[in-house]
Parts: sequence; structure tokens; C-alpha cells
Amino acid sequence: MTSTMHVAVTVNGRRHQAEVEPRRLLVHLLREDFGLTGTHVGCDSSTCGACTILVDGRSAKSCTMLAVQADGREITTIEGMEQGTTLHPLQQAFTDQHGLQCGFCTPGMIMQASWLLGENADPSDDQIRHGIAGNLCRCTGYVNIVKAIDQAAGELRAQAVAPLAAETA
Amino acid sequence: MIPAAFDYARPSSLDEALRLLHDREGEAKVLAGGYSLIPLLRYRLAQPGLLVDIGNLDDLAYVREAGGQLQIGARTTHHQLEQSDLVQRSGLWSDAAGGIGDPQVRNWGTLGGSVAHADPSSDWPAVLLASRASVVVRDLKRERVIPAREFFLDTFVTAIEPTEILTEIRVPLPPPGTGGAYAKTERKAGDFATAAAAVQVTVDAGGAITAAGVALSAVSETPFVVVAAEAALLGAHASPELESSVRRAAAEGCNPTRDGHGPVDYKRAMAGEMAVRALRRALARAGA
Ligand SMILES: Cc1cc2nc3c(=O)[nH]c(=O)nc-3n(C[C@H](O)[C@H](O)[C@H](O)COP(=O)(O)OP(=O)(O)OC[C@H]3O[C@@H](n4cnc5c(N)ncnc54)[C@H](O)[C@@H]3O)c2cc1C
Ligand code: FES
Ligand code: FES
Repeated sequence: MTSTMHVAVTVNGRRHQAEVEPRRLLVHLLREDFGLTGTHVGCDSSTCGACTILVDGRSAKSCTMLAVQADGREITTIEGMEQGTTLHPLQQAFTDQHGLQCGFCTPGMIMQASWLLGENADPSDDQIRHGIAGNLCRCTGYVNIVKAIDQAAGELRAQAVAPLAAETA
Repeated sequence: MIPAAFDYARPSSLDEALRLLHDREGEAKVLAGGYSLIPLLRYRLAQPGLLVDIGNLDDLAYVREAGGQLQIGARTTHHQLEQSDLVQRSGLWSDAAGGIGDPQVRNWGTLGGSVAHADPSSDWPAVLLASRASVVVRDLKRERVIPAREFFLDTFVTAIEPTEILTEIRVPLPPPGTGGAYAKTERKAGDFATAAAAVQVTVDAGGAITAAGVALSAVSETPFVVVAAEAALLGAHASPELESSVRRAAAEGCNPTRDGHGPVDYKRAMAGEMAVRALRRALARAGA
């Protein structure tokens, strides 16, 4: 029964492989097999969102997915957000707006926010709050997290317009 | 926690999945979104010998209208339902879709998984009951169509056999003059309901109610139909007295238990309040 299965996934653009037991959780594959410890584990009940990543572009709690379910899929974790040596606008905004204190929830918050901004480039404060309803923060009280996501949304919209403006100029 | 060991298969066709359930009857379990099953595996409350992952069966994810029905594939996610124009036409269904859990849960959790799991606090079962939907299941040999009102048997117990897969939910398209709503109260965003009510009513040109569906979640062993409330609504016109009857029928018809969501009296009061809120919104949407 404890036979292993082969899993091949693309994580942050790089192909990774492993032999795993079917019961291995995706978050443990990332943290322990691949050494990507930016994805955190905060609870045992699928409620805290600290483990949030993108799987084929859809935000997922990686403690609530088996490694074998991810076979053949594309994964983005917090380690994949930096663009070269430049912080992603979300990472920069969390720094600028003091969107974190202990930082434990931050990787999950940023990954969930990146999914949210993909769905809705210009969310209201209320839509941001609903968008991060599955991510708990015990430190900040959320106000600065909402401000950070709002700042990043503006920055990403400006980046999307800038290349077009350059073309038409 | 770490789940107990199990075998895993991700079949590429429904027949292959049904064959696996048949060959390993009693120890095989379907895995859909995993947002109910994987927590149970981690707590070791479920210890199946084989997981049959239907994640590759993309032909089970659809929303379409055909034969006077809204037909929804079992693997359609809560988020896909939230986004579907066809689902948006039903106030009842669209209210419920956006209020389930949190965005990650809605991204992966499925309608079929929720209905098959039959958690008494989950949202879809009451919606199916109020809209008089039916549940399509199949095994290797045959397909069965089970009315929702005969489907939810007990806490986490449904009419599905271990060798069957839930493939589709069928919802009759309501006549003009129909409105529906789902009202839910929860302790915090993203939580299961403390009490919730699903209501659908059809109103004629004179304002009389000609069809009614009322069901409650989270306040009994199973989601259930409030028969006395439906009886009070039939033939009646909107009025404060009618609201009182529905409130009383819901509060008296439920059988809540005391838990972290609150004491019994509070839950009864919330069941009544949610039923009235859903009724008001349903009537307004029906044009009454
Ligand atoms: C934090 C959190 C909050 C949540 N909040 C809510 C909420 O507010 N309201 C709510 O309704 N739900 C809530 N849920 C539950 C969520 O909606 C689940 O996704 C859903 O109940 C199960 O669907 P699934 O696709 O994830 O099924 P799975 O977890 O994969 O399966 C659940 C069960 O159904 C069986 N099954 C699945 N698909 C089929 C099929 N096609 N045929 C036969 N059997 C099948 C499985 O064998 C298993 O027993 C929450 C979950 C979490 C983790
Ligand atoms: S670790 Fe808490 S939701 Fe995954
Ligand atoms: S910053 Fe500490 S939990 Fe969010």
C-alpha cells in the first residue's frame, strides 16, 4: 500500500520531479522535497490560508491538495514572485504599507492577492476584503494589508498601460 | 496531521472511474475538489483504501440549459457557478454560490462533492431542496435520477451507492413570476452557516403564491424541507402575518444542537429570521 508514485510539476517556471506516497500533501512536497519553505503551514483545518499558492493560475490551499493531484500542473509560490532582483509590486506594496508584522501569513496573502488581482484588476476595499476571506492574519488587523493590495493593484494597472502608451507615443 | 496510506488513481474517463469503484467496492472513494475529503483524511476520520480522483474528467464540468432544465455537471466548481450567466438568472442559486467558504474553497470545491458529502451545514443541499432539483448518479450498469427531496437521508448519508458517481444536478426552469433567495448567517467570513434558509416562490398576476420551496441548512441532522412553511405560503399573499407563520414554522421545524455556533434557542431564532429574510427577498425578486 505504501508504494510511491512519480510526480512531475513545474514550480516557478522550473521543472521538478519526486517519488512520493499518494498521501503526501502538496505543501510538504514544496517545503520538504523541493526546499521551498516560503509556503507556510498555519493550521490543521484548511482555514488559515498561509499555505496558499497558485495551481494552473487558480489559488489553492496547498495543505488541501495531494502532491499526486498536482502532477503535470504549473505551480507558482511566493519564491516565484520576484522579477529578477526587483520585488513584485505586491511584495513592494506590503513593505511600503506595513502590510505585515510577524510575516507568517504574508506569503499566502500575497499569493491570494495575486489571484484576486488577476480576476479583478481594480477591486474596491470591500472586494479586497472578500477576496482574502480565506487568509487569516493574527497581527495586523488587515487594514494595512488591504491598503497594500490596493497600492499593488494601482501599480499593476499602470504597468499594463505603460507599454501601450509607449507604443502609441 | 498526515493521512493514513492509500492508493491513488486519476482515471481519464467516467467508465474507468466507475470500474475502479466497482472493483474496489467498499474501500474506494471519489476525490473531487478535496476541500471536504482531504481535511477528513488528515484527521484520519476517513481512511479509504483507494482514492479515485475525478480531476481529469473535464466533461463533468458544465452549466447548460436543455429540456426545460438547468443541467450542471458534478465537477463544476462553486466559482464556476458564481460566474455562470445561466446560474445568475436564479437569485437563489447565485446568492448561495458566492457565500460558500472562501475564494480558495470556491476555486476547487465542486457542486457534486458538496451534494455527495451532505454536510448538514453545507449550502447546496438546501438550495437543491427548495428548487426541487434532482440528482443524477450512475454506476457501470445504469443511471438513476433521484429527486433531491429523497436524496439526503441522514447526517453525511445520501442515496448514493458506493459504486456510483454523481454526474449531474438538474434544476427545473421555473415559470415567469418566480423569485428565490438564500439567506445565511455565519460567525465570520468564510465560515459554514450558523443557520441558513433557501426559499423559492412563484407568484401569479394577482399576487397569490402558486408554488413554494423552503429548506433550511445547519439546524438539523440533515438539510430539510420546512413543509409547514410551504403549506402556509401556498395560495397566500405577502403580509406580516404570512412572515410570522413562516418564521414560526422554521423555528419550530428545526432540531439544532448546541455547539460553537451558539445555543439551541439562538439557532431556532436564526432559522426563523433567515427564512423570513430569504422569503422577503424571494418575493421582491418574483415581482410581488
Ligand atoms: C475552510 C472551508 C470552508 C468551507 N465553507 C463551506 C461553506 O460555507 N458552505 C459549504 O457548503 N461548504 C463549505 N466548505 C466545503 C466545500 O464546499 C467543499 O468543497 C465541498 O463540500 C465538497 O466538495 P469537493 O469537490 O471539495 O469534494 P471532496 O472533498 O473531493 O469530496 C467530498 C465527498 O464527496 C464524495 N464525492 C465527491 N464528488 C463525488 C461525485 N461526483 N460522486 C460521488 N461522490 C463524490 C467524496 O468521495 C467525499 O466523500 C468549506 C470547506 C473548507 C475547507
Ligand atoms: S495550512 Fe492553514 S489552510 Fe493550509
Ligand atoms: S503578519 Fe503576523 S499573522 Fe499576519
